[in-house]
Amino acid sequence: MTSTAGTRKELKPIRKKGFFATLGGQWQLMLMSVPMFLYVLFFNYYPMYFWVTAFQDYKPKLGVAGSKWVGLKNFEWLFGRADFINSIRNTLAMSVINLVFGTVSAVLLAVLLNEVRQRAFKRTVQTVTYLPHFLSMVIVVGMAQNLFSSNGSINDLLMGLGLVKEPLFFLGEGKYFWWLVGVINVWKEVGWGTIIYISAMTSIDPCLYEAAAIDGAGRFQRILHVTLPGIKSTFVILLIMNIGHLMEAGFEIQYLLGNAQVLDWSQTIDVFVLKYGVSKQQYGVATAAGMFKSIVAILLLLTANFVAKRLDEDTLI
Amino acid sequence: MTTAAINKNKNRIKRDRVFPIVNTIILCLLMFLTLYPVINTVAYSFNDGTDALRGGIGLWPRIFSTKSYESILSDTAVYQAAFISAAKTIVTTVLNLFWTGMLAYALSRKEYVLRKVITTVLVLTMYVNAGMIPNYLLISKTLGLRNTFFVYIIPTMFSCFNMIVIRTYIAGLPDALVESAKIDGAGDLRAYWQIIFPLCTPVLATVALFVAVGAWNSWFDTYLYCGSEKDLYTLQYILKMKLATTQNSANAAQTSVDALKTTTLTTPVTIRCAITVISTVPILIVYPFLQKYFVTGMALGAVKG
Repeated sequence: MTSTAGTRKELKPIRKKGFFATLGGQWQLMLMSVPMFLYVLFFNYYPMYFWVTAFQDYKPKLGVAGSKWVGLKNFEWLFGRADFINSIRNTLAMSVINLVFGTVSAVLLAVLLNEVRQRAFKRTVQTVTYLPHFLSMVIVVGMAQNLFSSNGSINDLLMGLGLVKEPLFFLGEGKYFWWLVGVINVWKEVGWGTIIYISAMTSIDPCLYEAAAIDGAGRFQRILHVTLPGIKSTFVILLIMNIGHLMEAGFEIQYLLGNAQVLDWSQTIDVFVLKYGVSKQQYGVATAAGMFKSIVAILLLLTANFVAKRLDEDTLI
Repeated sequence: MTTAAINKNKNRIKRDRVFPIVNTIILCLLMFLTLYPVINTVAYSFNDGTDALRGGIGLWPRIFSTKSYESILSDTAVYQAAFISAAKTIVTTVLNLFWTGMLAYALSRKEYVLRKVITTVLVLTMYVNAGMIPNYLLISKTLGLRNTFFVYIIPTMFSCFNMIVIRTYIAGLPDALVESAKIDGAGDLRAYWQIIFPLCTPVLATVALFVAVGAWNSWFDTYLYCGSEKDLYTLQYILKMKLATTQNSANAAQTSVDALKTTTLTTPVTIRCAITVISTVPILIVYPFLQKYFVTGMALGAVKG
């Protein structure tokens, strides 16, 4: 009893310790975390200061202080341009295509892999399908160029099967571009995308499968009524997270795979920003475009977070 | 049992036997589709250059030739680029692990009073960023890092996703480890480096792989900041430049075949494929060994993020 009382006496002053005193006692934790915190403030947040250039006719030589203020002129200019409107459309179209096909293919492959009983075979399939995730986009686009060119393997196959008479110009016609990006992204990421669903499937209680089997459920019914409901919450969380990323259609693939003939269909907001900001040095306009994208992204994130809360899932922030 | 029920049962048993076979066939086909472009590239890289322009190469070179590799391996620019790529990858990975590991530990300590604030600020970076041009202005104008090696290192020292992966792993370790170290008089720094860090090998290997692959595969930083400094070119950037030169020949049918036939033995296409093979081999060697680690790492990080 005396020892408990003693501890209590010792504990009391600690509880009363002020914020800064506690902080002082945690200087080692601060040493471990504050440098990176400052780093992030400087490299991720401080650049937002340059958003003011969206309202300027920014000249690097004059700096932010010396450049002329132009109000909303940059935004007016942007939304008066057909190629910017096109790039918004392309961004949304390609990210929706990527999201839908990426998710469906990953869930399908995960279900198929989950049904494999031989572990060695399962592991082999996984090793092979994860591989493209580790290839750089430059390499992947190079492969796509070989395969989809007018004398590449895809056209050879299509002509060999008699589906087309003339080779199709996959890389030179705008109407193919979005789908080409979708196909390439699925090829690159489908295996990687299964990881999270497979890990969700391994946490499903095996008793559920046994119970379903005893109740007379066949393999497809077990997939339908046990496996898929088991990954539902993972699926929903990922879907919500991806809604926050809808403005990110990727940038490398469109930049590398696109060319003058397909520009109307290939240019995303990021490519637009790169073209005007870096190549043409119209910083104000390019920053305005980038800022527009960030603001829409924030609104999407907040909406997604709100929806997540309503659905009683974990919130994102 | 009625005959109908028996028949239904028989059908089900039959289906249960057929399904694994169908499944195996589908998955084998999928592996083939995944590997085909890779093998196709290897086949191109070992094919005669001018002949490759005719296209139609599948899984095997039509006219075998090692000329592309010979020409690459006699090019000092490629060695320089390989060195820069390797240096960039190693330095970035080490710095990332050093800082991100400590940060993840600090943010896993529940008693840390700045935990909430720092975590929120960091997680937001996964969704909101200033954008390409502000970052470009910061790095090239404010910091003046253009055409220096630092531009490969300094802007890429932190990734929130990786931090969350490590933090989740640390949070899964028994709290008693740190507590007992503290009772023995160790501070947080010592508790991390002597107790937690060695236990984190699997997750750190995962993050090292992510960071290293990202650094090795990036070309855009070279394009933006080092385009005029040939000594700082990376392998991926050289590939990117080759890609631009082969793009036209891929769009037009076979325009330049005859023009090239008489003059050269190698062409941009085969050279590009050969550099692709060379720059991919390091990844191919490393990644299967780390597979069992990164699978858990991904599962830890993705949802919690």
